[in-house]
Amino acid sequence: MATTAEQFQGHAEDHGHDHDHKPAFFARWFMSTNHKDIGTMYLIFAILAGVIGGAVSGIMRAELMEPGIQYLGFFSKLVGDDPSNFNATLHMWNVLITAHGLIMVFFMVMPAIIGGFGNWFVPIMIGAPDMAFPRMNNISFWLTVAGFCSLMLSAFVPGGTGMGAGTGWTVYAPLSTTGSPGPAVDFGIFALHLAGAGSIMGAINFITTIFNMRAPGMTMHKMPLFVWSVLVTAFLLLLSLPVLAAAITMLLTDRNFGTTFFDPAGGGDPVLYQHLFWFFGHPEVYIMILPGFGIISQIISTFSKKPVFGYLGMAYAMVAIGVVGFIVWAHHMYSTGLSVNTKMYFTAATMVIAVPTGIKIFSWIATMWGGSIEFKSPMIWAIGFIFLFTVGGVTGVVLANGGVDDVMHDTYYVVAHFHYVLSLGAVTALFAGFYYWFPKMSGKMHSELLAHVHFWVFFVGVNMIFFPMHFLGLQGMPRRYPDYAEAYAYWNHFATVGYMIMAASLGIWFLNIIYAFVAGRKAEDNYWGEGATTLEWTLTSPPPYHQFETLPVIEETAHH
Amino acid sequence: MAQASNAAERAKQSNRKVALVALSLALGMLGLGYASVPLYRIFCQVTGYGGTTKRVDAAQAASVVDSGRMMSVRFDANTARDMPWEFKPLQVKDSVSIGVRDMALFWAKNDSDKPITGTASFNVEPEQAAKYFNKIQCFCFTEQTLQPGEEVRMPVLYYIDPAILDDPDNKDVAEITLSYTFHLTSVGDAKTLDQNNTGG
Repeated sequence: MATTAEQFQGHAEDHGHDHDHKPAFFARWFMSTNHKDIGTMYLIFAILAGVIGGAVSGIMRAELMEPGIQYLGFFSKLVGDDPSNFNATLHMWNVLITAHGLIMVFFMVMPAIIGGFGNWFVPIMIGAPDMAFPRMNNISFWLTVAGFCSLMLSAFVPGGTGMGAGTGWTVYAPLSTTGSPGPAVDFGIFALHLAGAGSIMGAINFITTIFNMRAPGMTMHKMPLFVWSVLVTAFLLLLSLPVLAAAITMLLTDRNFGTTFFDPAGGGDPVLYQHLFWFFGHPEVYIMILPGFGIISQIISTFSKKPVFGYLGMAYAMVAIGVVGFIVWAHHMYSTGLSVNTKMYFTAATMVIAVPTGIKIFSWIATMWGGSIEFKSPMIWAIGFIFLFTVGGVTGVVLANGGVDDVMHDTYYVVAHFHYVLSLGAVTALFAGFYYWFPKMSGKMHSELLAHVHFWVFFVGVNMIFFPMHFLGLQGMPRRYPDYAEAYAYWNHFATVGYMIMAASLGIWFLNIIYAFVAGRKAEDNYWGEGATTLEWTLTSPPPYHQFETLPVIEETAHH
Repeated sequence: MAQASNAAERAKQSNRKVALVALSLALGMLGLGYASVPLYRIFCQVTGYGGTTKRVDAAQAASVVDSGRMMSVRFDANTARDMPWEFKPLQVKDSVSIGVRDMALFWAKNDSDKPITGTASFNVEPEQAAKYFNKIQCFCFTEQTLQPGEEVRMPVLYYIDPAILDDPDNKDVAEITLSYTFHLTSVGDAKTLDQNNTGG
């Protein structure tokens, strides 16, 4: 490509250093319309939320380290429960699992992977100066923050049995309706409304940007796979979140205004809520992982110094996953009394998803095959992702069976499965993307040594947490309980030790960030070298405040 | 310069178009979310999904022929937690010929000192038999009001569709349970007249 950094910098060169036309601090960060600034804010917000959500899981792992109830009383007192009320103490457990789930899904993974990396790199990768609707972008971010505040508040108001919303992230009726009087669940629902509205606006923004603002020559079939992944994700958001919004609004009116959408006394059906929730909930898990797929594709291609194998297959595999993701929701509901034929359909449809997913896994391997592989930190994380995601995918195929699921439903096997694809899959993809792009975003190189150490410690830690959960699940340990029979003690103790190791790895990560800002050398434009071919590498690190004032022209031969 | 601003205007308009299409998609899904409530109800009634029984009129019922095969039917009655009624079936079990109309009687008594209006929800086990369980007349079709201390006998007129004999899913079904739960609809004051208690 005949594109150089200077060409795209606008006038930065002509004026002094400070003439990027950056607004002053308040206007820049609180009224931001710049996709890179908003992306940065999303990332910082996601890290903060992730630390809180991670701390919540730390409390959970501490409680599960030994049989019996050890720490719940302290935390339940902390939010204002009566310490002598043991039910309220146990309710604290439900509050913790609810908070952990909602925070990690809506306020960590989604803001980081779509709001953060999506905002930062989708416009740059397609050669656009910014998002299509910069102001709406800003609203999306602050709605997400407001949603998070609402969720945090919910922990300190009564939720029925004790303080806080204890419904699980699925908010099933009737536990969330007649089972949870008090404003906590209302705050939780409000949090979902706000975050959902923010995400829908974000999705509209991405779709418009990708459809309308591609640089000359950047055809749909030349877009980097990360852009494809965000496009598919945006459509999933657009089609699934409104259904969640409808479902939780019905919950809200059932709770407060006497409707009976999910109350059999008035002709409603609580199972309908589950259908609506999972019609959203299943696409939601692809929303969390698809942009991760995109990031991994960029990284594998960069460090194999080859264009990605089977580009079109990779792009349309994501489209296929997105489409099929909408017609498999009831595999979350095998135990609600579905008929044998219904179970057969949902089993088959669910297993079909393994086909496009397999296309992706094998195409990544084929990309590496015969490549000139360089094991830089993002590549290590990406290969770790492929391994961990495949483990989660395999247990997913096991659970897809309606018959098998009758046994596994709501056991720790399920917990192990979805943490392998999300906590280990999506989060590993996030770290891969972080090390891949952090110097581009900050202009400072991180330490490759620390990044490698971070990976190995994290890898050992998370596998120690979640692999034994397969055993616990197969032995029948149910999820969502703060206590367990003595027989499950060994592997639970083991998992908690794993949590400590994983937490230590996050310490290494923060150290690495501090190192980069304090002592990191300045990152050049394309610090990964010849394998990195997408448009962000034609810009300086960090990119100018406004890039592509002259639109780049993508030539026929340019590859993905 | 004018050309540039023209292009910018065009870009803005085309952005707006895409955004509107996307927004209407989202609103459409929101509508679909709500539409799922009546759609789900219709779906349950048509397919007998989740144990929803079928409702037929007397004319339809008249054309059904006796298959000569027997089926045992159990009756079960419950009240919701806040419902101050006693409610039970007057026969625990009936043996009926598949395709033949039968009547079952239920008995309810209002134990409170206020007139109570209730609605019965119903369910059939095993679920795959629900779509063959046809009700011609049932107290569950309407609300029932009982005065303080009032007792009432309520009939259900039903038959089992002989098509059940051809359904492989129901091959091993020898007994069907019909279950009712009475829910509290409203509490009247002591003077309200009983208008709804048709017992039908």
